[in-house]
Amino acid sequence: MIQRRPFFLTFLAPAVLTAVILAAALFEVLQYSVREFVPGSLNVGGFTLENFTRINRPIYWWVLLDTFYISLLTAIFSLLLSYPVAYALVRAKRDWVRSLLVSLSITPLFTGEIVRTFSWMLMLGSDGFINSVLRKLSLIDLPLQIMYTRLGVVVALVQFSMPVMIILLATAISHVDRDCEKAAANLGASPGAVFWRITLPLTLPGILSGLVVVFAWTMSAFSTPQLIGGGKVLMISNLVYLQGFSVLNLPFAATLSVIALIAALGSLVLMKSLTGRLEKRLAVR
Amino acid sequence: MTRLRSFGFWSLVVAILTYMTLPTLVVLMTSVNPTEILAFPPEGVSFAWYEKALTYPDFQSAFKNGLIVTSLASTAALIVGSAFAWLVYRYSFRGRGVLEAVLWSPLIIPHFTLGFGFLLLGGAFKLQQGYAMIVLAHMVLVMPFVTRAVYVSLAAIDPDLARAAANLGASPFHVLTRIELPLVLPGMAGGWLIAAVLSLTEFTASLYVTGSRTQTLPVAMYNYIREYADPTVSAVSAMLIITTTLIMFIADRAFGLRRVLAIDTH
Repeated sequence: MIQRRPFFLTFLAPAVLTAVILAAALFEVLQYSVREFVPGSLNVGGFTLENFTRINRPIYWWVLLDTFYISLLTAIFSLLLSYPVAYALVRAKRDWVRSLLVSLSITPLFTGEIVRTFSWMLMLGSDGFINSVLRKLSLIDLPLQIMYTRLGVVVALVQFSMPVMIILLATAISHVDRDCEKAAANLGASPGAVFWRITLPLTLPGILSGLVVVFAWTMSAFSTPQLIGGGKVLMISNLVYLQGFSVLNLPFAATLSVIALIAALGSLVLMKSLTGRLEKRLAVR
Repeated sequence: MTRLRSFGFWSLVVAILTYMTLPTLVVLMTSVNPTEILAFPPEGVSFAWYEKALTYPDFQSAFKNGLIVTSLASTAALIVGSAFAWLVYRYSFRGRGVLEAVLWSPLIIPHFTLGFGFLLLGGAFKLQQGYAMIVLAHMVLVMPFVTRAVYVSLAAIDPDLARAAANLGASPFHVLTRIELPLVLPGMAGGWLIAAVLSLTEFTASLYVTGSRTQTLPVAMYNYIREYADPTVSAVSAMLIITTTLIMFIADRAFGLRRVLAIDTH
C-alpha cells in the first residue's frame, strides 16, 4: 500500500509525546496554584482560590512592582547601549570588524547565567574589580556598595540581555533601505538628521520588540537577583524559590509562577499588537 | 567633522564592548591569581585553583552528571526536534498550530516555572530529583533551538531536488535519506551543538529538578558560591567559558552559526 503521507505518524508521535509531557508539567503548576496549603506537609489539600487572594498584600505587591521596575530599567538601558553596537555591527565597512563585533556581542549568550552572575560578583563586590581600581586611583576611600543593591542587579542584567537586544536591533537596522538615507543626504540633510529622522524611525519595530523581549526575559531572571541581590533585592523568581524551598508552601509558589507566566505572556501579546500597529503606520507613510 | 564624529562613535562602541567583555576577562584573570584576595594587576600566575576545582568531589560528580544529562537531552532534542521540523516543513495538518505553540513555549515561559512544573510532575510519578525528569526538562528547554536550526536548513533546500528524485522513481524513504538528510546534516549538527551548550550551562530549571546527588555543574557552582568565597569557581567558570566559546566557534565555522541564529548583517 502506498502511504499518502509517508512518515507522518512516525515523525509526529515523538513530538506529540514531548508536547504532552511539557503540557503536563505546566498543568501541575496550574493545578497546585489552586490547592490548599497544608503547613508542615508537602501534600496539598482541596481546591481553593485563597492563594490568589493572598497576593493582595503590600509585600507581594512590592515584589511585583520591583520586578516590573527592574525589568523596565534593564530593557531601557539595554536598548541605549545595544543600539550603537548593532549599528556598528551592520554598517562596519570591513569584514573582520563585523565578525569581531558579532563574536564579542554574541558569545556572552552561551556562557550561562551562573558564570555571568559570578563574574559580576567579582566585578561589583566590596573587594571587587571596580572598587579595587577606583581605590588604586585614589578616587574613593571607602568601597562603593554596589553588591546587594538594585543598581548592581540592573548593571548585571543589562549586560546579560544585550546579546539578544543586539541581534534584534541588527536585524532591524540591516532591513533599512539605504536609498532612503542617501536620498535624504542628497537633499541636504546632515548625518545627524538622517539618523534621527530616517534610520531611527524605520527601526522602531525592532526597537519595540527588543524592549519587550528583554523586559519579558528579565522578569524571569533568577540567579542575578538571587546572588547579586543577596536577599536584599527580591524579584518574583526569588519569591517563588523562597516559598517553594524555604517555606515549603508549594501551592503559593505555584500561584506566583502562574502570575509570572501571565505577565510574560501578557507583555508579548502587548508587543504583537503594538508592533502590528506601528508597522501599519509606517506602511501608510 | 565627519572624522571626529566617527571617532566619537567608535570610542563609544569600544566602551560598550568593554563593559560587555570585562567581567569575563576578570574571571579568567582571577582564576590564575595565586592569592585568594583579588589583586590588580595580578601578582603572578598559578594553576592552584584549577587543581582544587578538578579535585573537588562535588564538582567532579556534578561534571559527570552534567555530561550524562547534556548528552541525553541534546541528542533526544535533536531527534525529536529534527523530526518535528521536517513534519512542519513537509505537511500541514490539523492541530499543527497548537503543537507548534506548545513546543515553542519554553522560549517564553520562565525557566523557574518550567523547572517547578517538572519538579511537581516528578513528584507525581515518584521520580523527583532523578535523571529522567532532569533530562526531560533540559530536552524541552533546548528543543526549540534545534528545531529552528533544522527548519532553516530544510527551507533552504531547492524543492525541485526532491521532486526530480521522486519523478525518477525514488521512494519517499530514499528522498528523505539520500537527498534531504545529507542536506540538513550541517543544520542538525549546528543545532545539536547549540543545544548541548545551552543544556550544559542551564541553571534555573536545573536548580528545581536536581537533587544533591544528581546536581549539574551550574547548580554545584551555585552551592559553592553561597558557602565559600575563593577563586575555585573562577577556575570552573574559566573552563566553562573556554569550552563553550570553542564549541560555538566550531559551530560557527563549520555550520554557519549566524544563519542558524538567523542574524543577518548585510
